[in-house]
Amino acid sequence: MTPDLGDLYQEVILDHNRQPRNFGALPGANRRAEGFNPLCGDRVTVEVEMQDGVVQDIRFQGSGCAISKASASMMTESMKGRTRAQAEALFQEFHRLLTGDAAAPDPAALGKLVVFSGVREFPVRVKCATLAWHTLRSALENAREIATTE
Amino acid sequence: MTVPAGAKTAFDVRSVRQDFPILHQSVFGKPLVYLDNAATAQKPKAVIDALARYYTQDNANIHRGLHQLSERATAAYEEARSKVRRFLNAAEDREIVFVRGTTEAINLVAQSYGRTHLDPGDEVLITTMEHHSNIVPWQILCEEKGARLRVAPIGDDGDLLLDEFEKLLGPRTRLVSVVHVSNALGTVNPVKRLVEMARRRDIPVLVDGAQAAPHLRIDVRELDCDFYALSGHKLFGPTGIGVLYGRARLLEAMPPWQSGGDMIASVTFAKTTYNRLPYKFEAGTPHIAGVIGLGAALDYLESIDRDGRIAHEDDVLAYATRTIAALPRVRLVGTAREKTGVLSFVIEGVHPHDIGTILDREGIAIRAGHHCTQPLMDRFGVPATARASFALYNTRAEVDALAAGVRRVLEVFR
Repeated sequence: MTPDLGDLYQEVILDHNRQPRNFGALPGANRRAEGFNPLCGDRVTVEVEMQDGVVQDIRFQGSGCAISKASASMMTESMKGRTRAQAEALFQEFHRLLTGDAAAPDPAALGKLVVFSGVREFPVRVKCATLAWHTLRSALENAREIATTE
Repeated sequence: MTVPAGAKTAFDVRSVRQDFPILHQSVFGKPLVYLDNAATAQKPKAVIDALARYYTQDNANIHRGLHQLSERATAAYEEARSKVRRFLNAAEDREIVFVRGTTEAINLVAQSYGRTHLDPGDEVLITTMEHHSNIVPWQILCEEKGARLRVAPIGDDGDLLLDEFEKLLGPRTRLVSVVHVSNALGTVNPVKRLVEMARRRDIPVLVDGAQAAPHLRIDVRELDCDFYALSGHKLFGPTGIGVLYGRARLLEAMPPWQSGGDMIASVTFAKTTYNRLPYKFEAGTPHIAGVIGLGAALDYLESIDRDGRIAHEDDVLAYATRTIAALPRVRLVGTAREKTGVLSFVIEGVHPHDIGTILDREGIAIRAGHHCTQPLMDRFGVPATARASFALYNTRAEVDALAAGVRRVLEVFR
């Protein structure tokens, strides 16, 4: 495998693509949003159960490429127990990791999510990696509109 | 040995490849394998030179200048119209309208012909395999007019179901708009038969020829269609230029759809008289360089042995079909009896975008996505496909590179 492809398709990402965690409907959800990437037609639904301002449970559904599925899967894993503000802070950190904007991302804050650092070398795939995150943000805002990556 | 001007030599793909400068480059250290021709085709040097020559020597506005440059530009522009007329075997130059592309050609017919011929309850018939550009203009028109958009279904192999198509031609059908070659499946529709069915009921037919023009011999009089639309950039010409062929009798009766300069005969504040065909439909300064470039592209195609070219293209597609279909976990989408130019496929457990990214790193350019045919993707129950699309300059060796790239995908996504 050429090194740069290996940076993108890390084993952890391939694993989450094969066996996405927290995949399916969440019957007790009180927040829900749909995300859509008009460029590729990928769709994702994120459902959240918030209690006392904290993410109790979170699941996602939809179809997408390995990057978007793994990103959604790992996002759900890292969201449980977070407040909305903490969720937003993690999204900001994750976004910095993908785009290399401004301050360097904090590996400690990102944890396992650092496996997505290779996406930076594939700018057209950044939207794949952030679709579920945009959708989560819109679910937590309880926005009625469908989130898009545009 | 001297070759007389205009003489054609037997088709030779190696010599054809020499005519396309862009092909000779590396991408990520690998020789470029360009298999995204259905999105846009590459340009021969003859086209690039014609554009440079026009801007270097002849640039002027057309149809009004009294000076030499304007005369030369006008002559080149109108000469290109004659070349298009010959390419389509239309009867008259005035049946050739220059537009931005196939999308604009379809919108022109929808807005001009459609708006004056549709009443509430009338119907427009399309097929499941249409590009969004041959769906949305009719949806908008039908909504405005209270008309109904009907859709002729296709079979699992991607062939149009002719009986179903014919059944949908009813007393309220006012127009049929059908794709000649599907951009997502490669299916070649039996347009001549479809037109016969419609003609028996006096229903005009528009043919979306965007994907057909680079591959097939097009003869609008033999097809007997009323409108034929194509895009220059898929035909080895510049982007931003396309053609609407229209039967003169229909075009004459149609109102203009855009207005301004060039499309008028005389203007007073009381009344405007429209120009004759085709200028009635060419408002404003057109894409003169694009038209001249398209003419150069048609000259280029004309210089190539057509039967040899088509045989070569058929061979490469057949070889690609065999080679790719034989790979594990691969399923072809679109296996119609008659196909040209397109090989769409999916791989079990791998999203087409991941296929596209991995192939890109191998220097292979394909398209991954819904190909602006979302209803068709729904019909096949897939969100997207990977699509390799071929042109006259592609080779069996490039198919082998594609197959090796797909094997690499299978390795990454075990």
